Amino acid sequence: MASVNVIKPKARLSNSNILFLIAAVIFVLMYLFAIITFPNSFLQFQTFFDLFNLNAPLIIMTLGLCIVMIGGGIDISIGSVTGLVTMACAVFLESRMGSIGGAILVALGIGIAFGILQGYLIAYLEIQPFIITLSGLFLAQGLLTTLHKDPINVTMPAFVSLRDFDIVIAWLGTRNRLGVFIPCEIKPGTLIFIVLLIILASLMKWSRFGRNVYAVGGNTHSAMMLGINVKRTIFITYVISGLTAGIAGFVYIMTTGAGNVGNAAGAEMKAIASAIIGGTLLNGGVGNLLGAPIGTLTLLIINELIRAAGVQSNWQAMVSGLLLYFFIVLQSVIMSLRDRRKFSIALPPWLRLSGKEQLGGQREQ
Amino acid sequence: MSNMKKNISHLVLPLSVMALLIVINLIKGADYFTISMVNGAFYGNIPNILFGASELVILSIGMTLVTGASRGQDISIGVSATITSAVFVQYVLQASEVTLFTIIVGFLLSCVTGLLLGAFNGTLVSVFKVQPMVASLILFTGGRSIAFMIDGKLSPILANDISNKIGTVIPGVPVQTAIILTAVFIAIVAVVFKTTNLRLYVETVGINPNAARLNGINPKKIIFLTFLIMGICTAVAGFIAVNKAGRHDSVNLLKLIMMDAILAVAIGGNSLGGGKFSITGSIIGAYTIEMLNRTLLRLEIDPAMIKVFKAVFIIILMVVASPVVRAFMSKNLDRFRSWRLSSSQQKGPISTTNIARKQGE
Amino acid sequence: MLSETILEMKDISKSFPGVKALDCVDFKLRKGEIHALMGENGAGKSTLIKVITGVYEKDAGLITLQGEPIHFKAPQEAQNKGIGTVYQEIMLCPNLTVAENMFIGRSHSPFVNWKQMNEKAAQLLDSLGIPASPVQELASCSIAVQQMIAIARAVDMDCKILILDEPTSSLDEDEVHKLFALMRELKERGVGIIFITHFLEQVYEVSDMITVLRNGKLVGEYETTSLSQIELISKMLGNVLEDVTKLKKHEPIVSDTSIPVFEGKALSSSAGVRPFNFAIQKGEVNGFAGLLGSGRSESVRAIFAADKVTGGEVRMKGKRVKIKTPLHAIKHGIGYLPEDRKGDGIVEDLSVRDNIILTLQVLKGFFKPFSRKQAELFADEYIKKLNIKTPTSNTPIKSLSGGNQQKVILARWLLTNPEYLILDEPTRGIDVGTKVEIQKLVLNLASKGMSLTFISSEIEEMLRTCSRLIVMKDREIVGELRGTDLTENDVMNVIAQGGKNK
Repeated sequence: MASVNVIKPKARLSNSNILFLIAAVIFVLMYLFAIITFPNSFLQFQTFFDLFNLNAPLIIMTLGLCIVMIGGGIDISIGSVTGLVTMACAVFLESRMGSIGGAILVALGIGIAFGILQGYLIAYLEIQPFIITLSGLFLAQGLLTTLHKDPINVTMPAFVSLRDFDIVIAWLGTRNRLGVFIPCEIKPGTLIFIVLLIILASLMKWSRFGRNVYAVGGNTHSAMMLGINVKRTIFITYVISGLTAGIAGFVYIMTTGAGNVGNAAGAEMKAIASAIIGGTLLNGGVGNLLGAPIGTLTLLIINELIRAAGVQSNWQAMVSGLLLYFFIVLQSVIMSLRDRRKFSIALPPWLRLSGKEQLGGQREQ
Repeated sequence: MSNMKKNISHLVLPLSVMALLIVINLIKGADYFTISMVNGAFYGNIPNILFGASELVILSIGMTLVTGASRGQDISIGVSATITSAVFVQYVLQASEVTLFTIIVGFLLSCVTGLLLGAFNGTLVSVFKVQPMVASLILFTGGRSIAFMIDGKLSPILANDISNKIGTVIPGVPVQTAIILTAVFIAIVAVVFKTTNLRLYVETVGINPNAARLNGINPKKIIFLTFLIMGICTAVAGFIAVNKAGRHDSVNLLKLIMMDAILAVAIGGNSLGGGKFSITGSIIGAYTIEMLNRTLLRLEIDPAMIKVFKAVFIIILMVVASPVVRAFMSKNLDRFRSWRLSSSQQKGPISTTNIARKQGE
Repeated sequence: MLSETILEMKDISKSFPGVKALDCVDFKLRKGEIHALMGENGAGKSTLIKVITGVYEKDAGLITLQGEPIHFKAPQEAQNKGIGTVYQEIMLCPNLTVAENMFIGRSHSPFVNWKQMNEKAAQLLDSLGIPASPVQELASCSIAVQQMIAIARAVDMDCKILILDEPTSSLDEDEVHKLFALMRELKERGVGIIFITHFLEQVYEVSDMITVLRNGKLVGEYETTSLSQIELISKMLGNVLEDVTKLKKHEPIVSDTSIPVFEGKALSSSAGVRPFNFAIQKGEVNGFAGLLGSGRSESVRAIFAADKVTGGEVRMKGKRVKIKTPLHAIKHGIGYLPEDRKGDGIVEDLSVRDNIILTLQVLKGFFKPFSRKQAELFADEYIKKLNIKTPTSNTPIKSLSGGNQQKVILARWLLTNPEYLILDEPTRGIDVGTKVEIQKLVLNLASKGMSLTFISSEIEEMLRTCSRLIVMKDREIVGELRGTDLTENDVMNVIAQGGKNK
């Protein structure tokens, strides 16, 4: 071939994967650090599981948000919608016709309703997502206070037993000082999170819709020209994010057992921070759903570390900010180095997600 | 004449919203514009709106510039204002005697703080190419703790005569001080725009940073500059807010004001995607939001439901202003006009058959 | 040649606010035909394409595909009916893999079978000789490869009709020939191809039929063999033809002993051009010749410090100066009209007036804005001088046609009165009439003592205007040609030899 610029195809890691990898490595390093400095708390499996048990709602919210962000949008209503769902469920459960199945329907219904409303306005009427989801935030907050202002503790017996229900892992646990074996416990919320993570991550990787979301986030105009129904794709991302906010709300009340005006307040910003740490870019088109829990956990571990160190709680927010700063600058530096092609990491073949090595072999034949 | 029309067209939305709100208020009570004199100063609905919106107006000016150049929004403004005002309060509190000089030095110190915070965000955005919203998320997350640490305790109280005057009125002046300060600030901004190329540079950078660079404008410097200006805006807004409140509440001061500021920019007819902007629009947008808040109060809506109404109002507003609805309206308007023109001729029946067919479907 | 008609358009009209883009245009495409669609910029070619593919909705008229009336509302409907399109700007998603870009938006299965997709993509890439791996991210491919991938995508769609809207502007000669071979093969298979290009040579190389549009109206449909180039140009232009032949290069008064206006030694930049020396005399017009990717744009960008300068020494009129940023270059009297008009040139939402005064305003300083009146005077002067077609100086530049936008950028630089003006592909993607105007202007400016560098992909244009050609290959200067009677062959020879010596 006489062509001047023949390019040797190199298995370059995609931006989505490299950012995810950074997040994962740093998370592992931080956890190792935590184990070394505070072995008696962080070496226990329960501590690790509790991270999930207590924060499943935030992680679930982040999953939905990540999908919206990969599609190039933003959803800042999720925290308030989650809060609204907890209150609505609490009110419903305490009413005469309350039932757990009904509460689940209420939660999903509210989430999807917000998703559909916001998604329609953003995708089909082309209104700026920030403004629409900001209105969604106001709307959810307003509905929450309209619905009920005081904290409600759910006393319905069936629900209380669900709240206190733990899945005990008999073979995993630690012995306490008296030598009594305490098995690990997982809350149902953690299971819900794991199932959702698997479903949504597969959706993004192996479904037509998932790839369309990446395409739309990467370049909306091109995506349209490639024959993708851009509006419907964007619409569905917001419906999913509404749905996860609804599920997060139910998991929230399942963990705390109470509806409260302050539930999940400000969670949207935490979720955005988690998504960013997890390697999802706000510009769209780049991100990996597996990064969502890692981002959230990284933020949480910092807080746990500070608590374990016994420093003033005020430092938590500041250190979270610093952590965020560190991540953002690191991501920015790596991305700009990659643009200049000075930096490349190739994954070993067994880690690659698509069947590159078989293909390479085939092409040589 | 047509020039005039073009210059005003982007203000149609905020102005008509304002007009609508005024009508609603007048229906509620004809005394809406009544201004009364209490202790030598004007009070009433309009002065209250001007007074209440002062911080928002100042911050939305900064937000417009940041949006114009960097194509993104700064969500740390409320937090930044809290930090700058913490510096101000600490300086004033450590002084043995509070004079006008103390206040001015304190204010200048808080401006320096604002510049530093702006430089922090600006560096991230211009040098590290981080999205503004992401960059400002850092201060948003950690900033209030910084303010608390400067305070050293919850809510230090700012009890001195001058602060009181800044927060309310100066005896002998019939207008509340915050309104005057805002007016002065707007005037300064107007002078800056008149005597510099700020608008041309910011718009060029926002629309096409590559072209800007090749024509000798350094986009990094301009983006950085807008964040510095934003820093000054937060300092001024924080100064007004803390003097109004009389105490420094590091947890709640100007909480969530960034949402309203971004909203003001959008209502003002500006694209949140950067480029061409209208400061006038944003200012009107900011006053509109304050007017909306006070209208809802005046209509005696249950405080719990105010946010619902606000949300519904914004959604309707954005739907009306959305590109799709606008295109649809103008298309139908054209169709209506051409229909009216030709209705006397044979085209009339065609449209009725169309309607008949549609009903048949 | 009377084969079956597959696409027929009758009385197509389309208006945009203030413009009638298409006015009762007919168009016919037959099976196994390569049909060139020709016309100046703003003639309505792109609009016609977009009406076919459903990007725009037509106002009136009838389109039939194999006898069936069609009415597409979105590009994917056209895709499903077997109409594949490749646009001038690459319409692919940079963050997806090569294979995904080839297959996304086409399958109806709700799931993605990565293995199968990658295998199919690998086969297709191999068969077309495209040097890319299916699993690499599109962003890591060069622009030319990306364009080839877009073509591969369109080709694979079992299409009946393939529309190529200026696909060759980012390809080098070799790639263009590969593309043509591909087009001929598809033609054998019975695919109807609509081909738009600004390169006349290419039209005569591959097309069977030519349809010419002018100002949104149909001029006519001709067989390529029966229409000479001159006739074609005259049909596209109406009556500007004489100007092209009248154009006469005039020799600059160059004496090698005089001090050059600009002199650079060992210039290099981060864009990866090898350190080179370059000088230009007063009143001289020179050109950088070479294939795409040869480094000609990178070289002039290094002169203007458009990319990060990594080394070199610059003298203006013998005086040592520091040029590290575009602003330095502008201050020392250098102007640069960039190759990428849309990406680097125009500030699309700003008015024509602001676009014209931009650079002069920057030179004057941040704290010294022009008065509105002064700015209007400047703008009006140049709108008149360069014959820029715009309703008012207050119109946003984005609503002007490509050629007029280019003139605005030219006006912007002329207003700063530079001593040395670099024009990088000023004639690319604009109509023939404006091309001629720009070439005339270049000669005119040189005769008044301005030094100019004029770069064009069409060597003909450079031969017509430049008294000295610097020939580049593989990011290096391989030769220099002087004289009035240079031909394209001379340039080609230098390029070919330059490679061998190395």
